[in-house]
Amino acid sequence: MTKHLEDTLHEKIAKVVQGGDAKYHDKLKEQNKLFVRDRLKLLFDDEFMVEDGLFANVMAGDLPADGVVTAIGKVNGQTVCVMANDSTVKAGSWGSRTVEKIIRIQETAEKMRVPLLYLVDSAGARITDQLEMFPGRRGAGRIFYNQVKLSGKIPQVCILFGPSAAGGAYIPAFCDIVIMVDKNASMYLGSPRMAEMVIGEKVSLEELGGARMHCSVSGCGDVLAANEEEAIQAARSYLRFFPANYTLTPPTALAKAPVSTAKEITSIVPENQNAAFNMHDVITALVDEGSFFEIKKLFAQELITGLARLDGKPVGIIANQPRVKGGVLFVDSADKAARFITLCDAFSIPLLFLADVPGFMIGTAVERAGIIRHGAKMISAMAEATVPKISVIVRKAYGAGLYAMASSAFEPDACLALPGAQIAVMGPEAAVNAVYSNKIQAIEDPAERQAFIQEKRREYQEDIDLYLLASNLIVDAVVPPSELRRELIQRYEVYKEKRHVFSDRKHAVYPV
Amino acid sequence: MKQVAANMAGTVINVLVQPGDEINEGQDVLVLESMKMEVPVQAQASGKVVEVKANIGDFVNDGDIIVVLE
Repeated sequence: MTKHLEDTLHEKIAKVVQGGDAKYHDKLKEQNKLFVRDRLKLLFDDEFMVEDGLFANVMAGDLPADGVVTAIGKVNGQTVCVMANDSTVKAGSWGSRTVEKIIRIQETAEKMRVPLLYLVDSAGARITDQLEMFPGRRGAGRIFYNQVKLSGKIPQVCILFGPSAAGGAYIPAFCDIVIMVDKNASMYLGSPRMAEMVIGEKVSLEELGGARMHCSVSGCGDVLAANEEEAIQAARSYLRFFPANYTLTPPTALAKAPVSTAKEITSIVPENQNAAFNMHDVITALVDEGSFFEIKKLFAQELITGLARLDGKPVGIIANQPRVKGGVLFVDSADKAARFITLCDAFSIPLLFLADVPGFMIGTAVERAGIIRHGAKMISAMAEATVPKISVIVRKAYGAGLYAMASSAFEPDACLALPGAQIAVMGPEAAVNAVYSNKIQAIEDPAERQAFIQEKRREYQEDIDLYLLASNLIVDAVVPPSELRRELIQRYEVYKEKRHVFSDRKHAVYPV
Repeated sequence: MKQVAANMAGTVINVLVQPGDEINEGQDVLVLESMKMEVPVQAQASGKVVEVKANIGDFVNDGDIIVVLE
């Protein structure tokens, strides 16, 4: 082979890896965006990178790599597959080779059984190429089919740097986690221009489908990152909790004590059942220092979901947050929980429920929004989860809230209670009103009426006394708050040997 | 004009700010009783309080404006 051929090849490669025209690179800089290959440098551990399809559509001349880089690299030492849109090439739009490359990297990830990352920054389909890329067997629909098929087999992570428009918006929707860059990332089926033309609505892109909206209102986004570097680091941190695929156990890290400034749980949780406190403080007191990775931090904040480590081992935490909306479960918080439980269960991450819940919300608004079927999703996901699961009643668990937080009937490996815990159909005030409403109304003397109510509340308190529940084996252990972390570490150590198959049926008819 | 809205339905049991106060985003402005819980409502924006629209004992719905900021 002559030197000349190799030189020509190097020239061709050098041209393609530059991506699109200089003016589009300038535009990236204006938008505080990085070039796709610089994103990959930040994502991967080192220089290790294998790329296919570099010359896709090279004959077209102006479509380097056909607008997408598909590569294999290392993240935290783990081999991962990546597809990454290049927005300097026709705004990252999809032609037929683009779609074929994405499908092939999915197939590679499936064969290798390794995580797959989607670095999305794309205007959507190239309408001029629709016959080749849209409707066929290996058209764009196959990307989503593959995503559904891969779900729960390998981790699928989406980092959204720019738009994810129309059909393309389903890529994030089928991923396990969506990290969005504030101000730049967006997801929408119809653009603001289309919204105005078709339904007459005038709205900004940020309002319609911006990153902040999706991370706080719609729940389509999981992590809001301030910039691209932060988004890529978030993806790397997230993947540290996950095995390469569902057949493996999640990786462990060096064990750390909780942060030294953590408050004692006894001083965090007020004795008054009705007063608010910050459940984040309890989580901080329990988990390894700096290990908490919160998911959907800005969405349905009355429930906290996140990954953390206990003695170096991953655990998925679902915790009511009394500081927000009293920790009551709503439509969105139930969805948030169901999704997170499914994620952890798919990849063998044990679950920890920290319960302080007055119940599911009541009233017209939530009934019309279908709180019953949304709550059913959470309960169904929690019931089906076969990973080690521990429920801790931190302060109170009333009504269906008790069920939703993995209480005794739902096969937790243990239902633990802190000494102040109250478990009941409802709290004392509500219960006395419900049972004795007529009698209370019938007592005319106010002092006498109040005395009657107090007496009935006292009786009720005796009925739900924690030691009475422990005596009836309703809770498996009452744990001193100062020893809760140690108790959890020991129990997860024991339950890791758990092998439990929920059912051999095809699948449930899920509430949705 | 910036506003603070109730984030759930409930009865106002305590008002923590008054016109003229400078408040910060995330600060508790009012306490509701709902679902038998004391539910602090946080400011969704920073600014000077112009008007407090809710009084102790009022029922407020999710989304009702309770404080108006400058």
